Amino acid sequence: MAVVTRAAPAPMGTRRKVGWARARRYVLPLVGLAVALAFLGPYIVMVLNSLRPSSDVVQTPPTFLPRTWQWSTFGDVLGDQRFLNWLKTSLLVATSSTIIVVLVAVPAAYFTARVRFAGRTAFLFLVLITQMFSPTSLVVGLYREFFDLNLVNTYLAIILTNSAFNLAFAIWILHGFFSSIPKEVEEAAHLDGCSRFGTLTRIMLPLTMPGVVTAVIFTFIAAWNEYVVALTLMLDDAKKPLTVGITSYVTGYEQHWDQLFAASIIAIIPVVILFAFIEKHLVRGLTAGSIK
Amino acid sequence: MADPLQGAVAEPGSTPAAATAPAASPVGSASSDGSSRGRRRRTLHGGTSIWVALLWLGPALLLIFGVVVFPAVQLVRAAFSKYSITGLRLGDAGTTNFKNVLNHSSLPTVLANTVIWVVVVVALTVLISLAVAQFLAKDFFGRKVVRWAIIVPWAASLVITAKLFTMIYDYYYGTLNLILTTLHITSGPIDFLGDDRWTMASMILVGIFVSVPFTAYVFVAGLNAIPDDVYEAAKIDGARPWQIYWRITLPLLRPAMVVASVLNIIYVFNSFPIVYTLNDRNPGFLHDTTITFMYKLAFKSAEKDVGMSAAAGIFNVLLILIVVVVYLRTLKWQEQED
Repeated sequence: MAVVTRAAPAPMGTRRKVGWARARRYVLPLVGLAVALAFLGPYIVMVLNSLRPSSDVVQTPPTFLPRTWQWSTFGDVLGDQRFLNWLKTSLLVATSSTIIVVLVAVPAAYFTARVRFAGRTAFLFLVLITQMFSPTSLVVGLYREFFDLNLVNTYLAIILTNSAFNLAFAIWILHGFFSSIPKEVEEAAHLDGCSRFGTLTRIMLPLTMPGVVTAVIFTFIAAWNEYVVALTLMLDDAKKPLTVGITSYVTGYEQHWDQLFAASIIAIIPVVILFAFIEKHLVRGLTAGSIK
Repeated sequence: MADPLQGAVAEPGSTPAAATAPAASPVGSASSDGSSRGRRRRTLHGGTSIWVALLWLGPALLLIFGVVVFPAVQLVRAAFSKYSITGLRLGDAGTTNFKNVLNHSSLPTVLANTVIWVVVVVALTVLISLAVAQFLAKDFFGRKVVRWAIIVPWAASLVITAKLFTMIYDYYYGTLNLILTTLHITSGPIDFLGDDRWTMASMILVGIFVSVPFTAYVFVAGLNAIPDDVYEAAKIDGARPWQIYWRITLPLLRPAMVVASVLNIIYVFNSFPIVYTLNDRNPGFLHDTTITFMYKLAFKSAEKDVGMSAAAGIFNVLLILIVVVVYLRTLKWQEQED
């Protein structure tokens, strides 16, 4: 900054620079507030709507603030057996999928990052192609497969689907992290008699923890938020995950907007906390994982 | 193409990014000359047989083949089969399903919707995210809070956000109409989801809203990877801020731009919950993209035709493959031109 000022000694420019430097302190936080509001605004509406009776949500003329504040909805939702079933499914599916993805992706990413072997290119290509498929585009095929295997309406079908479709991204991120570690680190361990598996668990994993954490949380969130496959494969109301379940609070037959929004908030909070937790790693994870 | 990951988006490696990656451990500084490293690698990895590889990659292959490739095969099989309305296979259908999709009266509308949806959402997302990322990279009071706020639409489930917007867009009770009429921007409420002129725009706004956070973060990562000395040098040479942005920041952001746009094209094309939820009460396929069109063919439409939906699914997969490959080719071609 100083260099530029000295190089261009026009008094006008200098004064403007100083003025901006002073204004910057107030302008930037104000712009920040506007940006934050733009992204949070809809969710603020959600919170406000969860704090009023459903009849108040759908009453003309609409108001910003609740006409009647109703604090009991959250308690009602948490005491609702239907909601607890959906919550259980979401937890079960997201946790199991994440464990499977980590167990499967870590060895694959490590091996492809370190070892040149026949078929390596083909494998990485397969991973890349998988990234391009979404469960949505294959949903009919998935339905046929699980229908034939008699797995429609089971947790297993959903867990396997979530694992398979999040695998590519996890391998991708981890592959980047493993590649970024100098080979010499491992070779030293090798010379000390450490097996390849030992090198992975004792040396590489601790060094690439941010990558692993990023992959774990990404997978968990993706599985927690998955919608189409669960919508198609889970027919039993008690076995639906939150994403599918809570939409039944507002249908053609019943309209519990208050409960829909309260349940939504309960579903969003853990994910936002997890995300905030990796916020610092997020940038680094995306950098090492995908950007040169 | 030696390495597919590299071919598509460039593998991380000897880059500024790698310097910030977790590995700058003391051991990394151990010097080594190329030849001895090559020899050592051969002794270490030379004898890798396919069986050892299978041991490490087996579980991944099992999962990919079992739950991605096999359903894809099933999809192809279904596309050539005839199904009853309850989903029982009745026999071979030849190419009837494909012909039915191609001759479907809604296909032109659906294709046009898909193009508008993908192009507008991705383009505006990238533009807005560039600005947001530039802003987030600055240091100011409350930056952390802003970053957390931006995470929320990314973290929240798309269905939940979509459901929320059905209420925000509502003609009678919606907050958006309340704001617009209170500020006298419009004289009366707008039926964002019911009025055909507004439906697509309303969906696009939500599409951008949920895509910006991820994209902005990719750009922040890209901005962080640009070393400060590049900027210093430019400043010493007397470059003006917009010159620095145009000549230095944007070209160096190119890899991040590629990643962000490719992933966004894939995500937005495959996006289901927004279009499906916001468009819920409109009958027919007037505002559907190819993805929701396919889904409704099998599970929601009057036909409930699994075979036809599978054929549409195959078109979808091919379409996204072609789009991504063409996009990457064009980029590569441009790069060579430069």
